[in-house]
Amino acid sequence: MSVSAEAPIAGGTQERTLTVWQGRVRMRVLSKGRGPALVFFHGPWGLTWDPFLDRLAESFTVYAPEHPGTTPEAHDDVYHLDGLWDLVLCYEELLDALAIRNAAFVGHSFGGMVACEVAAAYPERVRRLAMIAPLGFWRDPDHIVNWMMLEPGALRAHIFRDPDGAAAGRMFPRADAQDAATTQARVRLMWAMGTTGKFIWPIPDKGLKKRIHRVKAPALLVWGRQDRLVPAVYAEEFTRRLSGARLETLEGAGHAPHLEETDTVARVVRDFLIQ
Amino acid sequence: MKISAFHLMPYRDLPADFEQRYESVWVTPPWWELADARRVGQYYNWTLDELTYAAKCGFDGVCTNEHHQNAYGFMPSPNLMGSVLARATNGSNVAIVQMGATLPTSNPPLRVAEEYAMLDCISGGRLVAGLPLGSPMDVNLCYGITPMEHRERYREAVALTLKAWQAREIFSWNGRYFQLATVNLWPRPIQQPHPPVWIPGSGSISTFDFAVEHDVCYCFLSYSGAKSAKTMMDGYWRVVEQKGRDLNPYRAGFLQLVVVAENDARAEEKYARHVEYFYHKCLHVPGMWFSPPGNQDYRSLVATMSNPVRRAENPKSLRYRDFVEKGFVIAGSPATVRDRLKEEVIKSLRVGNLMVLLQIGSMPHELALENIELFGREVLPGLRDVWDDEGWENRWWPERLRQRATPMTAGIAAGGA
Repeated sequence: MSVSAEAPIAGGTQERTLTVWQGRVRMRVLSKGRGPALVFFHGPWGLTWDPFLDRLAESFTVYAPEHPGTTPEAHDDVYHLDGLWDLVLCYEELLDALAIRNAAFVGHSFGGMVACEVAAAYPERVRRLAMIAPLGFWRDPDHIVNWMMLEPGALRAHIFRDPDGAAAGRMFPRADAQDAATTQARVRLMWAMGTTGKFIWPIPDKGLKKRIHRVKAPALLVWGRQDRLVPAVYAEEFTRRLSGARLETLEGAGHAPHLEETDTVARVVRDFLIQ
Repeated sequence: MKISAFHLMPYRDLPADFEQRYESVWVTPPWWELADARRVGQYYNWTLDELTYAAKCGFDGVCTNEHHQNAYGFMPSPNLMGSVLARATNGSNVAIVQMGATLPTSNPPLRVAEEYAMLDCISGGRLVAGLPLGSPMDVNLCYGITPMEHRERYREAVALTLKAWQAREIFSWNGRYFQLATVNLWPRPIQQPHPPVWIPGSGSISTFDFAVEHDVCYCFLSYSGAKSAKTMMDGYWRVVEQKGRDLNPYRAGFLQLVVVAENDARAEEKYARHVEYFYHKCLHVPGMWFSPPGNQDYRSLVATMSNPVRRAENPKSLRYRDFVEKGFVIAGSPATVRDRLKEEVIKSLRVGNLMVLLQIGSMPHELALENIELFGREVLPGLRDVWDDEGWENRWWPERLRQRATPMTAGIAAGGA
């Protein structure tokens, strides 16, 4: 593995790109803050450094890696990974590259599932595990909408309680604009969904139920009651398998509570992780 | 020029308000509300009769293809249809053009290699082996293949298929997607080293590269006519040139919707509603479903997103006269149709292998036969020699059929209809 020089970017965030998987997979990691290590696993729409991560960085050293393929100029690296097992091993190598023995894990949606898989594979590397609306299970009556097949407008409405709000605006390019930056943002969003979708298509249940019992870290689940993508009933799948897991349900929130109710979710997550 | 009759086998009796009532013609149309198995049995038989009739009317080939879970065209197994057609056209010089069985959804894809070999044997070496990538609706949505793995799986399957047809020794295949310890295909095709390969596509640049590198025929299957295909096909020919291949027009195929009548006005009277049915109902699919994230590689994704010209016009806002005017459908008298096909399609796109769709949407059986007969009698002979003066050989056509086709004569088809 190799590490590029740390470079400061806007808002005091550092970025560096680490190379794992026999030199074939480059992963950029954004980091900020002081305190114990926290690894953030982003969702299917790519990594955007947002106010939620800023809040966590007040209490932790936050490391936010980009899912393989979503790092700029490393789009095709994802083709070197054949499945979830490869992805989990990649993250373990990344922890080594970051010299993190163990850390708090926080994951959103797809990232929540990945965090849980890494925690099941390497229980000793996870101190505490916070998952925000994670994927990983499937119940026939509680269909999880395939977000990758939604028109952009419908997709926003499935993720955000307020599809026209500031949080949605940070994740989604404007529908009416055609400038180069907007086009680039559309490409980035599509590619992020493609590279994450690679590990969960066509049903986001890849056997976590067989492995989740291996997780040793105390777990927290955060769910929006109004989640239109992964219905809040899925919290049960986690809480009944993770003994002592805590569930925090936010009545008015959707699939991205940490982006729309940042203060509340940041406080809940911080209080849980700091223990 | 080689001209083949293409058939989708659509559901011909969808309700008038289908596109208002239902989400999509593909993947999710409810069978129990919309369809009737006995009726569908009739469609399959009509389809076979229409293609067999085309063979009798002087067409060079008959084409079928594979789609799933839809009312747009539902031959889930084109090889079942091809098998009937191969048998029914024995003794003629008509090619069995399978456009075809979808490799990424066949596991192992050797199944397609075997069935194509069977078809080549049954037809006496008249098979054209279409090796389609398959549409995202079929492959990703209906058959559950991960969009990002779709093309890789396809490429591996193509390599395995070509090797399985040709290998002199038993071999093992230790692939990324397929592992087979003992590959020893029975039967092998009659055509050597293997049947001609056509690769259908919808304009993806990675498919251009793949087709040209493999020196096969690239077929642009478009419903938007030659005018909108021009940019795309020019791009294909640039790739052909860049990669040092010759500009043999038989390197390219194109699908065109065609309706012929005694004159232009009669064409509108007879066919307008069937054409509109096709564009309004049979293509009623949410736009996103054509491009699931990851299905296009990064380079193609950037190209598509950066170039809005590549996005097709919404056909729901168009009516028959628009479709004709824009060339989505070439319609009218035999002279009109012949001239437009020759100039707008064949010459403009530099196409040697033309496929024409003559049963369109709700078009009833008798009218489809009329369209086929009139095209075969009045249009086809005028197009045969378009490329003759350039002297190219159609290396992507069954070798024994490369001379001009002679129509299948009645009574030759042993066991035929």
